[in-house]
Amino acid sequence: MNPVRRKDVSSTSQASPASSIAFEYLLRLGDDRLVLGHRLSEWCGHGPILEEDIALANIALDLIGQASLYLKLAGETEGKGRSEDALAYFREATDFRNVQMVELPKGDYGFTIVRQFFFDVFSYHLLEQLQKSSNSELAGIAAKGFKEVRYHVRHSSEWVVRLGDGTEESHARAQKAVNELWRFTGEMFAADDVDREMATAGIGTDPSALKSRWEAVVKDVLSRATLTIPDEPYAMTGGRMGRHTEYLGHMLSDMQIVARSHPGAEW
Amino acid sequence: MSSSAAVGIGYEGQEQKDGASRETQLPLWEVFTQKDGGAPHEHAGSVHAADAEMALQNARDVYGRRGNVVSMWVVPSALITASPSDEAGPFFDPGAEKIYRHPQFYKIPRGLKGF
Amino acid sequence: MDQQARNTTDEALNAAFEARIAAGETIEPKDWMPERYRTQLIRMMSQHAHSEIVGMLPEGNWITRAPSLKRKMVLLSKVQDEAGHGLYIYCGTETLGVDRAELVDQLLTGKAKYSSIFNYPTLSWADMGVIGWFVDGAAIVNQTVLAKASYGPYARAMIRICKEENFHKKQGYEIIATLAKGTPAQKAMAQDAVNRWWWPSLMMLGPSDTNSPNTAELMRWRVKRKTNDELRQRFIDLTVPQADAVGLTLPDPHLKFNPETEHYDFGEIDWDEFWQVVKGNGPCNRERLQARRDAHENGRWVREAAEAYAAKHAPSAQSSAA
Repeated sequence: MNPVRRKDVSSTSQASPASSIAFEYLLRLGDDRLVLGHRLSEWCGHGPILEEDIALANIALDLIGQASLYLKLAGETEGKGRSEDALAYFREATDFRNVQMVELPKGDYGFTIVRQFFFDVFSYHLLEQLQKSSNSELAGIAAKGFKEVRYHVRHSSEWVVRLGDGTEESHARAQKAVNELWRFTGEMFAADDVDREMATAGIGTDPSALKSRWEAVVKDVLSRATLTIPDEPYAMTGGRMGRHTEYLGHMLSDMQIVARSHPGAEW
Repeated sequence: MSSSAAVGIGYEGQEQKDGASRETQLPLWEVFTQKDGGAPHEHAGSVHAADAEMALQNARDVYGRRGNVVSMWVVPSALITASPSDEAGPFFDPGAEKIYRHPQFYKIPRGLKGF
Repeated sequence: MDQQARNTTDEALNAAFEARIAAGETIEPKDWMPERYRTQLIRMMSQHAHSEIVGMLPEGNWITRAPSLKRKMVLLSKVQDEAGHGLYIYCGTETLGVDRAELVDQLLTGKAKYSSIFNYPTLSWADMGVIGWFVDGAAIVNQTVLAKASYGPYARAMIRICKEENFHKKQGYEIIATLAKGTPAQKAMAQDAVNRWWWPSLMMLGPSDTNSPNTAELMRWRVKRKTNDELRQRFIDLTVPQADAVGLTLPDPHLKFNPETEHYDFGEIDWDEFWQVVKGNGPCNRERLQARRDAHENGRWVREAAEAYAAKHAPSAQSSAA
């Protein structure tokens, strides 16, 4: 992405961010979706019912597809010749820029669904804004993702309600998932200089501005699901800076092993 | 060509469980899809789901994934009434029928074996 | 009606049924059919569906390790398609008066069968290529004729499947072709996978016709169109040139084109191995079934939750319908 290329060429007051900033921003978008898509794909063949195997695979495919586009754009922006595959398969865990929430192991179905729900609502509001990006390539990728996330959020929210308001067991499992995941949700909205510069340039969007909308939707769905929000103000962070949980390293060992065993090979 | 697993040992199937609730794969729904261009809805197949919202989502994932579907209907299979089979001779009830030879449609008392 | 009258009626019904089949008519769920036709179709169709579902596992084993994003997505699509195909065929089977829960139970308790090929392990990325090329390739040889099966719901499911199947074999062969012209390590990986999967793929097409008692009846009823040996020969004839084209060898020293028959002669299949796998002694029989049992058991609370929610929120109109 050429940070200077914008739809609105008349604006001169906004400084265009350095390509290194844009690169960071795009990695975040790509890595969130790559890691989450990968976690979802682990369910294939092991889901609770055939229809859900198909549903989760659909969502995983959408996410990995989106990730591929963001990472490709990231590599072009960086300008060092790294393709989306080079970025996906040949970076260390400390170079990944996803939020910690998406790298957590898939857990039981309740954990997967609640985590998916928390991310989908965030992604919905993010992409709703991002599709208006002054960078037309980014806007295009976001628009495609926005069409897809509408289905994702419908799926995950309806399942949150069914698990929360289902049986005693499903309620307990869903509540446990909410309790465990809540402290990881804050990171999605923690804005830093990268976000601010991209937002100022009209290319990106400030995630902290999305928080109240996210909370409104989440509270509404959790309430319908008869689930409560834990009293947990602390937010786990670090993923955006490459400080991840121990889980990511193991996940990448699995994901990257074949590619790294044959550096330079074509597949 | 086919394997029957001699590893059935140790796995308690439905029949071995004490009369408690029978396992289900959730109720069956019929799916009808409409391609673009003002075409009529056509039967595409079935899905399993617990309720209409999930049936619709599942139907989209299974039958709408490859595009070219602008509208979808889902109906519980049990709610469809079919015309009687032409072949129905004097030994068959000439009244309205269900679309399939479906066990869901017939109420079998729990615990009765052989069905 | 006395027994004699009943027998005459049955004879008449059977004769009419056989005539319909012979005339190429399609049998639909509500049509009269001999009980044996019904049970044979349930057996065939559910076995096919089980194979699709179990078949997700050997390939699913490599989704997380796919070495490029494109390959990751293509493999995930393929496995998802297999889930869909299983679903289509289970739904078709249900039209014959059996609930999917019962079919699942038959698989998990070991009463039902599935294709023996899926009891082999996937040991390298190249296996993803070879499975698409050989296993889907062998399945396709069988499938296109099933699209004209006598039983309507089966034929319709197969038509849908055939449309979607095109890309499965192609992408498998493409993986292999890429490996075969890649690095020496990649080429060795491809050849090793070919060596392991060739004979099991030939066995997948079923025992020799002399050992296949159901064949004649199923062929008369138009749910089987060619014999196992015919399908096997066709698969070999198609595949040998494909292997030549990518510079890989098939592990059969007796494989040789016969200009008189215009087919490839091939070596003896080790049917002992086949019957052992069918009996449950293949490399992965237990693991495959255990994986399906685990998914089913671990998912029980989810299915129950969905039902409980639906029951709590059912609109009153619907609850009086059943």
